[in-house]
Amino acid sequence: MDLKTKFTPQSWPEHPEQSTVEGKNKVLGFWIFLGGETVLFATLFATFLALKNKGPSGMEFSTQSLFELPLAFIMTMLLLTSSLTSVYAMYHMKNYNFKAMQAWLAITVILGLGFLGFEIYEFTHYVHLGFTFTQSAFGSSFYTLVGTHGLHVVIGLGWIILLMLRNAKRGLNLYNAPKFFIASLYWHFIDVVWVFIFTVVYLMGVIK
Amino acid sequence: MSSTAKKKGFGATIWNYLTTVDHKKIAILYLIAGTLFFVIGGIEAMLIRIQLAKPNNDFVSAGLFNEIITMHGTTMIFLAAMPLLFAFMNAVVPLQIGARDVAFPFLNSLGFWLFFWGGVFLNLSWLLGGAPDAGWTSYASLSLASPGHGIDFYAIGLQISGAGTLISGINFIVTIINMRAPGMTFMRMPLMTWTTFVSSALILFAFPPLTVGLFFMIFDRMFGSNFFDHTMGGNTIIWEHLFWIFGHPEVYILVLPAFGIFSEIIPTFARKRLFGYSSMVFATILIGFLGFMVWAHHMFTVGLGATANAIFAVATMAIAVPTGMKVFNWLCTIWGGSIKVTTPMLYALGFIPSFVAGGVTGVMQAAAPLDYQLHDSYFIVAHFHYVIVGGIVLALLAATHFYWPIMFNRMLNETLGKITFVFFFIGFHCTFFVQHFLGLMGMPRRVFTYLPNQGLDTYNLISTVGAFLMAIGVILLVINVIITTIKNKPCGRDPWGDGRTLEWAIEQPVPFYNFRQTPLVRGLDTYWIEKMEGNKEGMSYAEPVTDIHMPNNSFIPFVMVIGLFISGFGALYNQDTDKPWSLAVLIIGLVITFGSMAVRSLKDDLGYHISKEELMNEKGGNK
Repeated sequence: MDLKTKFTPQSWPEHPEQSTVEGKNKVLGFWIFLGGETVLFATLFATFLALKNKGPSGMEFSTQSLFELPLAFIMTMLLLTSSLTSVYAMYHMKNYNFKAMQAWLAITVILGLGFLGFEIYEFTHYVHLGFTFTQSAFGSSFYTLVGTHGLHVVIGLGWIILLMLRNAKRGLNLYNAPKFFIASLYWHFIDVVWVFIFTVVYLMGVIK
Repeated sequence: MSSTAKKKGFGATIWNYLTTVDHKKIAILYLIAGTLFFVIGGIEAMLIRIQLAKPNNDFVSAGLFNEIITMHGTTMIFLAAMPLLFAFMNAVVPLQIGARDVAFPFLNSLGFWLFFWGGVFLNLSWLLGGAPDAGWTSYASLSLASPGHGIDFYAIGLQISGAGTLISGINFIVTIINMRAPGMTFMRMPLMTWTTFVSSALILFAFPPLTVGLFFMIFDRMFGSNFFDHTMGGNTIIWEHLFWIFGHPEVYILVLPAFGIFSEIIPTFARKRLFGYSSMVFATILIGFLGFMVWAHHMFTVGLGATANAIFAVATMAIAVPTGMKVFNWLCTIWGGSIKVTTPMLYALGFIPSFVAGGVTGVMQAAAPLDYQLHDSYFIVAHFHYVIVGGIVLALLAATHFYWPIMFNRMLNETLGKITFVFFFIGFHCTFFVQHFLGLMGMPRRVFTYLPNQGLDTYNLISTVGAFLMAIGVILLVINVIITTIKNKPCGRDPWGDGRTLEWAIEQPVPFYNFRQTPLVRGLDTYWIEKMEGNKEGMSYAEPVTDIHMPNNSFIPFVMVIGLFISGFGALYNQDTDKPWSLAVLIIGLVITFGSMAVRSLKDDLGYHISKEELMNEKGGNK
């Protein structure tokens, strides 16, 4: 692959992420990896459902007493919006508009950081109340499920930031287009998982 | 880096293997490492059989016995059978589909090193305060109560090596979907490739539950969580479910490639096209699918209720149908063939009745009421050894003989091979057939000794004698390998004379880029078709000679894994208050891993090209 080939928006292929063998493999491989990730999260969800509200006898914490929907709603909105902005970024990637892509990715990162901030606030709040990872089976399963998602957010943010910095000077080419594309795929996946967390953990937790 | 640049010397060779991304060399690494662990697991098996040879034996203590059975099972499944199958998948599948390498050569190397260092981590437990002792299933209440660090070595070691398996699985799926040569449609893929494909898909969906289960175990033991502790609201059955949601598909992950190997060997030496090819493919997929629906048949006695037991019983019996299809297809392939009884074929002929016996006892246990009687007895031990040794190990031994020419351009000695088979096969039946009776007479599994004069003495002795016969068989194989290596006589292309698929059509030694020109596949058993049409080259080509793009070698996978290996010790000792450095070790290890990931991500690695001129000059010399 030649990194020096210069493209114009006209000569830029329609599916730049899949116009090389490496790109094709990466995209397919990443989809398959997401299949495995889905099973991973499904397992965590199942465990959470089994251990929800379970703890040592007389435990005062429950999903009803802990969770507050407004906070979860703000977090959902932040993450959903960030998914949308990453779609815009990919739109500009496909149109060979590097600057616009970087700008939208930056917005995605900022929204993701906002989400992360709220999540950290939420966790510290619970810990402050005494609801910790080691306090009960409920605590263990809650922090593992939501925390694994949070870890994915951190990895996704680090990934996108590294990509943006690494390619800031050289712009788009067929070598890094698949990289941007799968980073955004990963970001969408994180978003989808959060939709389930919002539903299964928060909504179903608050509803009696 | 040029393709003609050749370094010499022992150090250079070691460095080459540490950094290689070539599927053929990674196959050799898998073969060596898998054999190493196979020998360790085999020695553990011998210790078990020596202890049980006579009643009231005190050869090993009860505690040590528990460690030995745990490590025997864990080592054989995760560190011997899987890597050895990966060795043959790596060696054969890219060649069979006409690819120059797997889809992600870098990940291939990463997957190997993860498996290897995970295995080393697990086995270091012998030296660092005792091995895990809760059985290979490591049921939660038992394993949480286990003192010392044994179970921690189990959980972290399997976590590391499991990550490697998952990565390799994804790699094979993408390779088989994307890297097939022109004309190699899905329904022209050899069965070895098909079974690799389906078993990789099983890996993809079966390993994440194990990952999660092992994390729960790690958290519960080392970081104070309460997943399995019922006094804190936890539930110990969750481990059993997660383990078997992984564990049952794992059986099919192992046995499907074994089926694939025999589906290659049987048509080759019956010199007849595989009978019912499309039904073979269908059966493979069906077994893979049903494999996920049956995990609770390991848990009939847990008390899930009659309805759950009935559903899982029926689903389990249903798997016998596609498996039976396969057995009849093999028989019909042999039927009327012009059979050549070579060593691999001998193993194939021995495999069919042995595996059927294991399958029949499997269907017996699928009947839940009977399983209440058989559960945790030696009948179960007999059953799964019939499936695993009679199926998978026979396949591995057969493949060693069958594919040795492709991997090393040498033929193993046929006479010695047949003697090996006789010892191993008789030893195998001698060891495990009598264990059915031991089980029916009430001998529980995992006991370290038994009382005399209960009718168990003779059968246990027979079983131990059989184990020694198997050991002799394995030693003969090792001698065979040594003799072949010393003789060092190249065997050239298609030494069996009846190769049917692409891997036999390639010149020997296989050039590091596999195919100078991408082949054109003209049907099932493409090499056979070319042979029948008198094509001396053995292949039709899909392209003229052009530049070949190759990936660079890389040391990064090794460093990445070493980081994880170090961080494993940090996590392991985190619970000890007298080891305050453990957290620092954990963090340093993770920094090394994530740092090398960042290096990999930030540094462009575009590979290199072998020019057309170079290809025309060298007649495919091996680098």
